[in-house]
Amino acid sequence: MSILNLIQIALKAMQRNKLRAFLTMLGIIIGVGAVIAMVAIGQGSKKSIQDQIAGMGSNMITIRPNSNVSGGVRLDATSVQSLDADDVKALQRAQYLNAVSPAVTARGQVIYSSNNWSTSLQGVSPEYLSIRDWPLKDGISFTQKDVTSSAKVCLLGQTVIANLFPNGDDPIGKIIRFKTIPLKVIGTLSGKGENAFGQDQDDIVLAPYTTVMKRITATIYFQNIYASAIDQNSTDLASAEVSQILRESHKLKPGEDDDFAVRTQEELISTFSSTSQLLTVLLAVIAGISLVVGGIGIMNIMYVSVTERTREIGLRMAIGARGRDILMQFLIEAVLISITGGLIGIAFGFISTKLVTLFLKWPTLVTESSVVISFIVCVVTGVFFGYYPAQKASMLDPIDALRYE
Amino acid sequence: MANSILEIKDLKREFIVGSETVRALKGVSFNINAGEFVTIMGSSGSGKTTMLNILGCLDKPTDGDYILDGTNVKTLGKNELARLRNRKIGFVFQSYNLLPRTTALENVELPLLYNSEISAKDRYDRAKQALEAVKLADRFDHTPAQLSGGQQQRVAIARALVNEPVMILADEATGNLDSRTSYEIMALMQELNQHKNMTIVFVTHEPDIASFSARTIMLRDGKLMSDTANNNIRSAKDVLQSLPKTNDY
Repeated sequence: MSILNLIQIALKAMQRNKLRAFLTMLGIIIGVGAVIAMVAIGQGSKKSIQDQIAGMGSNMITIRPNSNVSGGVRLDATSVQSLDADDVKALQRAQYLNAVSPAVTARGQVIYSSNNWSTSLQGVSPEYLSIRDWPLKDGISFTQKDVTSSAKVCLLGQTVIANLFPNGDDPIGKIIRFKTIPLKVIGTLSGKGENAFGQDQDDIVLAPYTTVMKRITATIYFQNIYASAIDQNSTDLASAEVSQILRESHKLKPGEDDDFAVRTQEELISTFSSTSQLLTVLLAVIAGISLVVGGIGIMNIMYVSVTERTREIGLRMAIGARGRDILMQFLIEAVLISITGGLIGIAFGFISTKLVTLFLKWPTLVTESSVVISFIVCVVTGVFFGYYPAQKASMLDPIDALRYE
Repeated sequence: MANSILEIKDLKREFIVGSETVRALKGVSFNINAGEFVTIMGSSGSGKTTMLNILGCLDKPTDGDYILDGTNVKTLGKNELARLRNRKIGFVFQSYNLLPRTTALENVELPLLYNSEISAKDRYDRAKQALEAVKLADRFDHTPAQLSGGQQQRVAIARALVNEPVMILADEATGNLDSRTSYEIMALMQELNQHKNMTIVFVTHEPDIASFSARTIMLRDGKLMSDTANNNIRSAKDVLQSLPKTNDY
């Protein structure tokens, strides 16, 4: 008995009971569709977090002083004074870094004519913009010369512009005051939006770090050092190099703890990804359960179908079907139902994913693996749950089956 | 004996029911030659059904030999029995056993689906021929629900013929039909027997039906009671004509 004939027989049996076949499929359709849609939602949120973090500059390495114990007093990280100009100089010679910028931050009120706004002033070097992957919208950036001369110039973020220049005046060339220090606006930053933590990144004023340190905070230590690796693949190498350089520069003995911390965006991405990965797994498990329930639906229907068709089985055996033929017939029927259901489910998953994006504006991402895996699972489900009823059918005695009422 | 198609020698069949052994057949022997029309008769409990199951290769004897067309059934396994049923026997049942919601043609094709040597085209052609042989040429695409009892039984006969068996085995084939339709079926059987030289074994308990066959084997209590030739074979066609005409067919 050829497999082709068996498929034909199974197809005819399905045709004889179209509605029932469809209802049986429904479980699988919903199961597969749910797996695809749920995983797409999970993966979509993961991707969007990754994109946002990468938007901060995907090669970026952040160095900050480590909170450590100093004379029994545990200090906050920012008050630890361990990063200084020598560190920056040493890092500028690093092989895997292409830009280094120190950073100091001061919070305070910025004032322009009758408007004022509470924001943070960040003192950085000109390389900061390339490290953060942050282009100017208008005007020019400050230069190394401005850093050397502690020039009273600044760049404004979009939120600050909106608050200080509500009439839409061009801020370039205007003098604003940060607390009491007048700063000339020489450029504006393009909008960056909120970061992954919901912080408004545009609520900022950038100035040369020397200006901030000498004229405002009166410190010689940096709160952070930002650097960027030469490319995304070498961030790990770069971060190792940074550690080594800083240990040397801080004269730490082997075995002593670092008095600084190096973080790459990669780490940040993986931290946040793991959260959304958990979400993806959770959603997939819930959807997977519905796939199993769909499989049990197949088993249930096939079981009823075997009982209902006992006489048919008896007849088929009487006219020459072997037990194996009957087994294959019912198994193929179950698998056909699950495959058809799986295919419709994939289409259903794609459509519902599109609808989620369209109406809920949630980021979604249909991954190939979720489609392939859910399809394989549904075929396996068909075989697994179809086997027992098929086995039962094939074990029937033709004499009893023919006389079954 | 040269053209003996079916040989039964001292056939015994015992069933174990609980702790008791029920002897359904207690040593039966007979031969059937090619082209014979034989009825097997007996009241319930005579071993008729057991005999039918064994003749149909659905069951195997406990003891004794059953040789069908040169093959001793006793030596065969389950799958070989299935193959034998597929190639050598055409079954006709009392309750037709047609697949519901399946056209007459597809029902007739069914035995050929289990024979991988037959192509789809052959299958179609042979099913068509078989349906024409039972005079249902105009009912190919009718489902059983759209056919009368007699027509359904004729589809079943076509299904039995389609694999060109050495023997048609009918089990109370007229049991569910009124007498007029029964005679029509018997007329068809006689025609197949006479014109196509088809061997027919007809299991029944109606003496009326037996009178259309050439030979009657009577079973009683698992033993052969009589094996008589019928010298006065009635023609089902003549009987049919002698019946009063009715409008309902």
